[in-house]
Amino acid sequence: MSASHAAVVVEDLRVVIERDGTPIVRGASFELAPGEVLGLVGESGSGKSTLGLALLGFAKPGARIDGGRVAVDGTDVLSLAPAELRRTRGSRVAYVPQDPGASLNPRMSVGAQLREAVGTGPESDALIRRILAEVGLPDDREFLTRHPEQLSGGQQQRVAIAMAIAPSPRLIVLDEPTTGLDVTTQRMVLDTVARVTEAHDMAAIYISHDLAVIEHVADKVGVMQNGRLVEAGTMQEVLSRPAHPYTQQLLAAVPSLRGPSLREPDTAQSDPRPVFEAEGVNASHGHNQVLFDVSFRVQRGECVAVVGESGSGKTTLSRTLIGLHPADSGSMSLASRVLADRVADRSRDDRREMQYIFQNPYASLQPRRRIRDTLTLPLRALQISTGSSADAAVRSALDRVRLLPEVADKFPAELSGGQRQRVAIARALICEPTFLICDEITSALDVSVQASVLELLAELMDDGLSMLFVTHNLAVVNAIATRTVVVQRGRIVEQGSTRSVLTAPAHPYTQRLMADTLDVGAGVGSHGAEGASAHG
Amino acid sequence: MTLHESVHTVAPAAARRGGMARRVLKNGQTTTGMALMLGIVLLAAIGPFLAPHLPTEIVGRPFTGPSDGILLGTDVLGRDVLSRVLSGGRLLIVMSVAATLIGLVLGTIIGVTSAYVSGLGDFLTMRVLDVILAFPSIVFALLFVSVLGANPVLLVVLVGVAHTPSVARVMRGAAMTVVTRDYVLWARSIGIPPFTILRAEVFPNIVSPLMVEAGLRLMWSVGTIAALSFLGYGIQPPTADWGLMASENRNALSLQPLSVVVPIAVIGIFTIGANLFAEGLGRIVARTEGAGA
Repeated sequence: MSASHAAVVVEDLRVVIERDGTPIVRGASFELAPGEVLGLVGESGSGKSTLGLALLGFAKPGARIDGGRVAVDGTDVLSLAPAELRRTRGSRVAYVPQDPGASLNPRMSVGAQLREAVGTGPESDALIRRILAEVGLPDDREFLTRHPEQLSGGQQQRVAIAMAIAPSPRLIVLDEPTTGLDVTTQRMVLDTVARVTEAHDMAAIYISHDLAVIEHVADKVGVMQNGRLVEAGTMQEVLSRPAHPYTQQLLAAVPSLRGPSLREPDTAQSDPRPVFEAEGVNASHGHNQVLFDVSFRVQRGECVAVVGESGSGKTTLSRTLIGLHPADSGSMSLASRVLADRVADRSRDDRREMQYIFQNPYASLQPRRRIRDTLTLPLRALQISTGSSADAAVRSALDRVRLLPEVADKFPAELSGGQRQRVAIARALICEPTFLICDEITSALDVSVQASVLELLAELMDDGLSMLFVTHNLAVVNAIATRTVVVQRGRIVEQGSTRSVLTAPAHPYTQRLMADTLDVGAGVGSHGAEGASAHG
Repeated sequence: MTLHESVHTVAPAAARRGGMARRVLKNGQTTTGMALMLGIVLLAAIGPFLAPHLPTEIVGRPFTGPSDGILLGTDVLGRDVLSRVLSGGRLLIVMSVAATLIGLVLGTIIGVTSAYVSGLGDFLTMRVLDVILAFPSIVFALLFVSVLGANPVLLVVLVGVAHTPSVARVMRGAAMTVVTRDYVLWARSIGIPPFTILRAEVFPNIVSPLMVEAGLRLMWSVGTIAALSFLGYGIQPPTADWGLMASENRNALSLQPLSVVVPIAVIGIFTIGANLFAEGLGRIVARTEGAGA
């Protein structure tokens, strides 16, 4: 009997939408030994979170567990009576949600929340201290009196993990616990998860869309697509010999740090004048200076990456360049023309040639405007003559970002995230810009969608477009950027060709970022966006 | 390797244009509210043509109960209550709608601009509005009417201005979440002038809360203008007016109750309708926005 040594046995687990019986999880089966971690990967909407919650015998309102068996230590969770099921949750099966800020009670101290999980008394105090030490948090009195808002994102997530492991559950379900944390913090949380599950012989399900994260933490991996577990096996097997075409696609889409840098700076630059140049730019928020003496230049057809952790001043930098945030001092020029500080003072040509693309495609398109009108708006606002009709301009812009002409008649809510981001790119392209500022434009997208957007950007660069690509993801940098600028606390600490920065980082900050960046195993063919070679 | 998403797969449209209108028409609360309001508006609009007598015509002894040909009895001067009810709503409703529009327009302009400007300008504007808001609107209106004399245009302006601070606050709150959105930043980044941004980017996205506010403000306008008439500072005799009728005939509440109750009931039905509509719409908006539209 496999059930005797397996901690968790899942058989033919199915979840459906109550209203019309549409399946969300279509018959998932797997087994986990004590201490084993199963990574669940898949894109948004693939059903991985629903599967995770179903292991606790829970389905979101509107969904229903339609059948199957979830045995934790031999007990079938799904057949328990409601009261028993409630006792099982937390004690035998625990759950750690994505956003620790939302899962911790903001009005309760860390100590009070932990005591809620383990009970009060001298024994439990000792237990709390032990668990806090285990997840790498301070166990002194002062820390216990702190409230969630006084903790960093990584600390909050570790408190959530501490609460989950306190009653020594047999299975812990972690739903994207590091999404939204920056690489260094993510690394710490992942190490905590790996250590704790091993120490307690606890089986774990780790849900993520990031293969690199899964590889780092999991022993086994399950790949989900449209509610189906299309592939499952040990990490080694799946990464080195992915059997299902979807897994192969997913692997190929992951940008990698280790692959050779795809784009090299064009040394034989015919035009020595930079497209864009910033010289000694300083900027502040109120009395707080956030940018210090930032200088760099961007050549024609070049993509310069700006890399740094959250809070390093990347976004302020891009807002300053586009003229939305006034600089305290310094100068900027576009094609050797001096740029005014504020966008209102810039010439129409300056405003046309420099375009900004935002991080979140769900917020950057006006929801009550059809795509056609969104695309023709800059034409009217900047009085761009398109030569032919506006309609033709819209069609050609959509075509350049590989969207069908029918998209023009839709509203943003009718498009997926990737499609919306393409529309945002088309809105920039219709202005015939020479310089694009891309602010984390792929970080809100699934990995395969990200790959296709990067591929599109690479093509635009080949057409001679220059861009500034702001990101915290070094693997994406490797896939797209010719040169890289590393920013720490508002200062450029290192800049050079992407290859030299990534292969021989000189500054300790860059080295730390490199070390903390997770990467999908070497030897697995995973070459960023596209094999398109950089030619000048 | 290409991983293009199919352009045909279209996300379910949570907030398609027209979706809101459809939801309003399917909702019991909003449709009931609209039906009540529409009924009273129709009554006020075509009532004068249906009235059996002139509103100022004396048809019998004061405060007589219903009789043949005089369905609702007579009022304090012996005029036909039914005819006066049928004729007495037009001015009230026109004035209320006008006052509401003034309040909505001024309030929206001030609130949205304040949200967009932010910082010190926003702070000062809001404090000034707080001061105006501290006066009960009826006291505010009475003050001016008692000095300048009762006149329908002045009344409309006063009630409209009295609405402005509350509308401005609500619309500022709604606009605050919109002005920081990336599509507004984008419009600024290509140098679209502020007024155009407010009109074309911000305003279309705050129409729903504006409609909720419109319903509430309409209710308050009717209430305030009727109350002013009741107090003698609004519409002046001998004009037929629901608020004024309640005041003129109030001494006969036990003798000829219809002369007081009917005009009050019509006002009540209208305000209840406006309130139902506003509340129902508010719930629909909250639900749609909660669903992440």
